[in-house]
Amino acid sequence: MLSVFILAPFAGSLLAIFFPPDQRGATAWFAGTIALLCFLVAASLYPFVTSGGVLRYDIAWLPELGLNFTLRMDGFAWLFTVLVTAIGVLVVIYARYYMAAEDPVPRFLALFLAFMGSMLGVVLSGNLILLAVFWELTSIVSFLLIGYWHHNAHARDGARMALTVTGTGGLCMLVGLLLMGRIVGSYDLDVVLASGDLIRNSPLYMPVLILVLLGALTKSAQFPFHFWLPHAMSAPTPVSAYLHSATMVKAGVFLLVRLWPVMAGTEAWFWIVGLAGLSTLLLGAYFAIFQQDLKGLLAYSTISHLGLITVLLSLGSPLAAVAAVFHIVNHATFKASLFMAAGIIDHETGTRDMRKLGGLIRYMPGTAVLAMVASAAMAGVPLLNGFISKEMFFAEAIETHQANILDTMTPYVATLAGMFAVTYSLRFIHSVFFGNTPEDLPKVPHEPPRWMRVPIEFLVLACLVVGIIPAITIGPFLHTAVVSILGASTPHYSLSVWHGWNLPLIMSFVALAGGVGLYFLMRNYLATSIEGPPIFRVLHGQRIFERVLVTLSWKWARSLEQRLGTRRLQPQMRFLVFIAVAAGALPLLLSKYELPPLLVRSIDPAFALLWAVGIACAIGAALLAKFHRLAALVLLGGAGLTTCLTFVWLSAPDLAVTQLLVEIVTTVLILLGLRWLPKRIEDTQESELLSLRVRFRRLRDFLLAIAAGGGVALIAYTMMTRPMPETIASYFLERAYKEGGGTNVVNVILVDFRGFDTLGEIAVLAIVALTVFALLLRFRPQADSLEAPEQQRVQNAFDDDHPDRSKGDSVAEYLFVPSVIMRWMFPVIGMLAAYLFLRGHDLPGGGFAAGIAMSIGFILQYMSGGTRWVEERLRIHPLRWMSIGLLVAATTGIGSWLFGYPFLTSHAQYVTLPIVGKFPLASALFFDLGVFSLVLGATVLILIALAHQSIRAPRAHARATRSGKEAR
Amino acid sequence: MEIILSVAIGVLTASGVYLLLRPRTYQVIIGLSLLSYAVNLFIFGMGRLRVNAPPVLEPGGVGDLSRYTDPVPQALVLTAIVIGFAMTALFLVVLLASRGFTGTDHVDGREQRHD
Repeated sequence: MLSVFILAPFAGSLLAIFFPPDQRGATAWFAGTIALLCFLVAASLYPFVTSGGVLRYDIAWLPELGLNFTLRMDGFAWLFTVLVTAIGVLVVIYARYYMAAEDPVPRFLALFLAFMGSMLGVVLSGNLILLAVFWELTSIVSFLLIGYWHHNAHARDGARMALTVTGTGGLCMLVGLLLMGRIVGSYDLDVVLASGDLIRNSPLYMPVLILVLLGALTKSAQFPFHFWLPHAMSAPTPVSAYLHSATMVKAGVFLLVRLWPVMAGTEAWFWIVGLAGLSTLLLGAYFAIFQQDLKGLLAYSTISHLGLITVLLSLGSPLAAVAAVFHIVNHATFKASLFMAAGIIDHETGTRDMRKLGGLIRYMPGTAVLAMVASAAMAGVPLLNGFISKEMFFAEAIETHQANILDTMTPYVATLAGMFAVTYSLRFIHSVFFGNTPEDLPKVPHEPPRWMRVPIEFLVLACLVVGIIPAITIGPFLHTAVVSILGASTPHYSLSVWHGWNLPLIMSFVALAGGVGLYFLMRNYLATSIEGPPIFRVLHGQRIFERVLVTLSWKWARSLEQRLGTRRLQPQMRFLVFIAVAAGALPLLLSKYELPPLLVRSIDPAFALLWAVGIACAIGAALLAKFHRLAALVLLGGAGLTTCLTFVWLSAPDLAVTQLLVEIVTTVLILLGLRWLPKRIEDTQESELLSLRVRFRRLRDFLLAIAAGGGVALIAYTMMTRPMPETIASYFLERAYKEGGGTNVVNVILVDFRGFDTLGEIAVLAIVALTVFALLLRFRPQADSLEAPEQQRVQNAFDDDHPDRSKGDSVAEYLFVPSVIMRWMFPVIGMLAAYLFLRGHDLPGGGFAAGIAMSIGFILQYMSGGTRWVEERLRIHPLRWMSIGLLVAATTGIGSWLFGYPFLTSHAQYVTLPIVGKFPLASALFFDLGVFSLVLGATVLILIALAHQSIRAPRAHARATRSGKEAR
Repeated sequence: MEIILSVAIGVLTASGVYLLLRPRTYQVIIGLSLLSYAVNLFIFGMGRLRVNAPPVLEPGGVGDLSRYTDPVPQALVLTAIVIGFAMTALFLVVLLASRGFTGTDHVDGREQRHD
């Protein structure tokens, strides 16, 4: 049942994208229905969470890492779920009317639903890591929502800032939660909540506290991380109404409450959380007074109220925690309605600037009344919900929790902040709805559409009802939530409006009277002042943030790059090789490595001779690669063949076959490429005049190469002369026939035991082939490699000189005998490939070898007849082969699901075919068929694409010169 | 046997690394090929060298490591050979494209004063 809360919003989000952009109503109905569904499900679950009940839903995800997809709903999570979904429904209704015709509403609602899903995920996570995952999701989706009007630079900046701040905090929090999981030994929330003492007494408590608080305080926009929130006001108003009342910023305080039982109560908690909360409470309220933008005022007031909740949580007393939870709910209701009201004013007048607005009560009396009630709740006027939680706050502020200066200051700061709250609430109402009738407004103001006001009416009604009869409306639900957090230590508290004449009530009246007085004192100044509070205006959080960003990501990075970096490849490679050599040598030196005895026994002179040739080839290739490319290629082939023979010698026929075939294809490949390289002729004079520097550089590289080679030889020798430890090889040897049904263990490993790896490998091969193909589509050779090669020129000239010959005859005659042989080889090679493929499971061979062998068959046709000749007669579709190969391999893997086995489980049995005889038929054979088809397709695609350049490039060149002449 | 193969691996590595540090793209591609031989032989050698050991099981049989060759390094090297080809192909094409764009076959895409 709990999974509905995650599945429905995210599935709905995916579906909502596909609504046509002009279908505002339908999309809104759809999104609203989903939100309503979630709300109703949540409401129906209430009986399960009363009196400390917990609902759980578990899916094993990565149980080895203690990471499960656990959803967990207790009373507190239930309260939040209801809040998130109920306000979600109201915001969708509101957004239906708020969004303009040209805004892509489906995108908005898709993001909105995704955000609701992430927020519900945070609330319902029963696993710390899962919580962090959803936490990051809220950051990312809120980034997209704040930047919804991405043509607006402010929106983009605000979104980026919100993401940077909350994302960084989220990363810290993840580390903190990981540490916490380490202390507790489990990431399961139930286990964590039961191990409070363990966490508080751990030596890692301090780092965990700081890291987790960084996450929570950045998310809840607490001082000094508060500055992102006002900038997030560039978002559409429904976004602000949702993110900054019930969801995003509440995630921070949600986490604080969630972890309150295990982390609160220590002195460090009190100081850090209390200091952050108190400064936020006071500064937020103070800044809010001086805002000229309606939404700016609400943003700072949100910051201040979050500070209030944080202060309550810092106190560490159960009563304060009750007040905090209560205020979370109250703030969500009145702040959502105020944001919506601000949106209506903006929507109907065209401005949010309080200096321009005034007297709107004459145009929109309904909205005015609603906004007045909501702001009164925000100011903490009696008989409204804000009043009750604020009273509880004042009462807690007076209590002494810790004997230090911060605790003593709290009641005074609280009263002062309460006074400021009255001032800005009054200002919100007075400057907008009263006073002179506005003149130069962009629009003539009027009441909004009926349904745009309904959500506000609903919320304001809630404020009133809760404010007047709290005990019977919110009481039971609040109690359920509080019990789930505090458990047995739930204190006795009273939710009545009237507690008699006591200190908190006096504080409330002082705040009310002082606030009203302050407003009328400052009224004239505020009516004309510029945005932002005096003095603090200079200390712009945003500017500091940007300066830090620029310094970190641009100035420092650039100077580091200038000092340490180079764009030249050679120094980088040298550095890399040096590090590799050092990393290899260091452990050998540290562990006092001794060379194993040199065994001269069993040196086979023939093998030594073989490698004498191989070594000569390798060194020759190294020396000649610069000026004699063809010779170097031949020598490289020599070294490759020696390697191939080594495999034969040392009982690895599979490798020998593959090596031989790949050697052929590689040689053809590089031969095809040689033509496009620039000419380089060795200048004997130049080599004598080599500067000292170049000589030094070569010597250094030579020594580095010797060190690398010597080291590798040493390690190889040491390893090879040691006795073999027990490895997984025995496992494969024992089971290859019994379970894989094949006697060629190497092939069985590839297509059966490690089939998933092979699937990955062939996918890589396909990607490489496609990349090669794509790169060559745009290939533009240099002019100097465009002419036909010398040999072709001579042959063509000869043909031109003799009237009885047509162009191309010489080439054809020249290659006549080889081409006949090569053409007739095609079926033979095809047969060989089929043979290699079919025997693969039992004898050396298999899909890789067969695929390459077959591709050689095709390449031979190209070499003998030329590209045009082949393509007139044969359509080759390497791309199709590749896709068929990948499909076949993947389908074989998926096929095992049908029989209830995991991906790529294979089944083997022998069948008897006529002529062929007894024949192993494993489902792995089909997988190998996929490998074959893909390897064939990829190899042919690469080679043909390269071969085509010889036709394409001169043609393109000719076209280019022709059009150039015409233009002239 | 072991000593010959280790020397061979060493020389292949040294030639490969030397070429890797050279300025011309073609040298680097040859160097990478030599290096991949060395690496393949090295991995293969981790299964210990066996002359005349059967690599293929008797039908119906169960193999053990004292009589048969080690299949694991062989399986690793087999795919490495094919992927090595793909890498060479990709690098060759990047080399050609870079030469087409920049007009030089220097690894940095422009000539340095000294090489």
